Amino acid sequence: MLAKRIIPCLDVRNGKVVKGVNFEGVKDVGDPVELAIQYNKQGADEIVFYDITASHEGRGVMLDVVRETAKQVFVPLCVGGGIATIEDFRDTLRAGADKVSINSQAVKNPKLISDAAEVFGSQCVVIGIDAKRNDKGGYSVFINGGRLDMNLDLGDWVKEIEERGAGEICLNSIDTDGVRGGFDIEMLNFVCSRVKIPVIASGGCGAINHFSEVFEQTASSAALAASLFHFGELTVGEVKEYLKGKNIAVRGV
Amino acid sequence: MIAIIDYGAGNLFSVQNALNYLEIPNIVTKNAEDLRKADKLILPGVGAFPDAMRMLSETGLIEVIKEEVQKKPLLGICLGMQMLFEKGYEFGETEGLGFIKGTVELMTPPGLVIPQIGWNKLEMNEDCKILEGLSDDSYVYFVHSYAAVCDSKNVAAYTDYGGKVPACVFSGNVYGCQFHPEKSGETGLRILKNFAEM
Repeated sequence: MLAKRIIPCLDVRNGKVVKGVNFEGVKDVGDPVELAIQYNKQGADEIVFYDITASHEGRGVMLDVVRETAKQVFVPLCVGGGIATIEDFRDTLRAGADKVSINSQAVKNPKLISDAAEVFGSQCVVIGIDAKRNDKGGYSVFINGGRLDMNLDLGDWVKEIEERGAGEICLNSIDTDGVRGGFDIEMLNFVCSRVKIPVIASGGCGAINHFSEVFEQTASSAALAASLFHFGELTVGEVKEYLKGKNIAVRGV
Repeated sequence: MIAIIDYGAGNLFSVQNALNYLEIPNIVTKNAEDLRKADKLILPGVGAFPDAMRMLSETGLIEVIKEEVQKKPLLGICLGMQMLFEKGYEFGETEGLGFIKGTVELMTPPGLVIPQIGWNKLEMNEDCKILEGLSDDSYVYFVHSYAAVCDSKNVAAYTDYGGKVPACVFSGNVYGCQFHPEKSGETGLRILKNFAEM
């Protein structure tokens, strides 16, 4: 049986890890390579770099970060942010990433999902989704960092993602993101019941019991968190010890 | 010196990064002479069985590998492990290197997704040097849809994915990991170190 994964996510801007609280008051929290090494030692099952630099030079810096990390960290690395073409996929994978995550670009150009899956394999295509409850009792997909409503139904979108051959879905709930009151159990169950591919829970984790909650109450394969780990409130190791105590299968440190 | 065989099929640099990190001398090469001079060989691989066999055959290295494997250890990783068997059944039947008796077939785990992607536990089977020093609670990283079908005496460890799946295999000088040791944290590094120290 596969272990449930704990994934720290690093937002990187111009080669530095930053953490914003609701997109405001962005703080530098350190060097991405150093942080990745630290998380690896703590037992992170995968590390996500999310490039929030929207410039061409920024991309080069990001690839250097991936290259350097891949020399010292031997768990899967996933890179997202600003990836729009098959060439971007190729450059990122060549730099040492094992997976590439796309979000807005997948919505704007769904063919990118199937093209990337065909060329590089499903295992390296991760689709990030930002979704929010709508007034029709369902969920809508947003892009551009959660700012633009695409009037796209979440249920339809996850089906399409799976049919196009994506390997995983990383589901971020705009409703719970930044609130730290726990993952969005309802939204995760909505998605997990509609697809067979692994779903990574993202957004809302603020305490250690939120990790057991998400694995006990949903079929999510992994849980992603950022600030909790960056600010040293919890280590990945502490989360895993806690989950083990709850009889949830995790990889030991 | 370990020669990492370069025949155009992926994940070479992750393997090289891991060996460099362990300070194990290595070379990425498609030169027959390098394979003859090396102490050990690694056959990596990502992609589909028929393409990989075709690419390996085009390098003209198959005969050299067959000769060298009589004298020195060879480690196949992921698709590189699958190619060690007699036949593969991905997109029709393809002949493999035939170093280990058995075939490679599509997994059909009831109720589970293909490919298996993620960390799964090693369940130790036959004693094998390559897994020396690992704890009973060792997890490694898998990405695959096909798996070996072979005799249990050639299996050093299984993993459970809707049934027993050979995770680590061996026969004489030949070793194979269905998982990616170069992406399996400390456990994976230990396996690569064990291989280097044989």
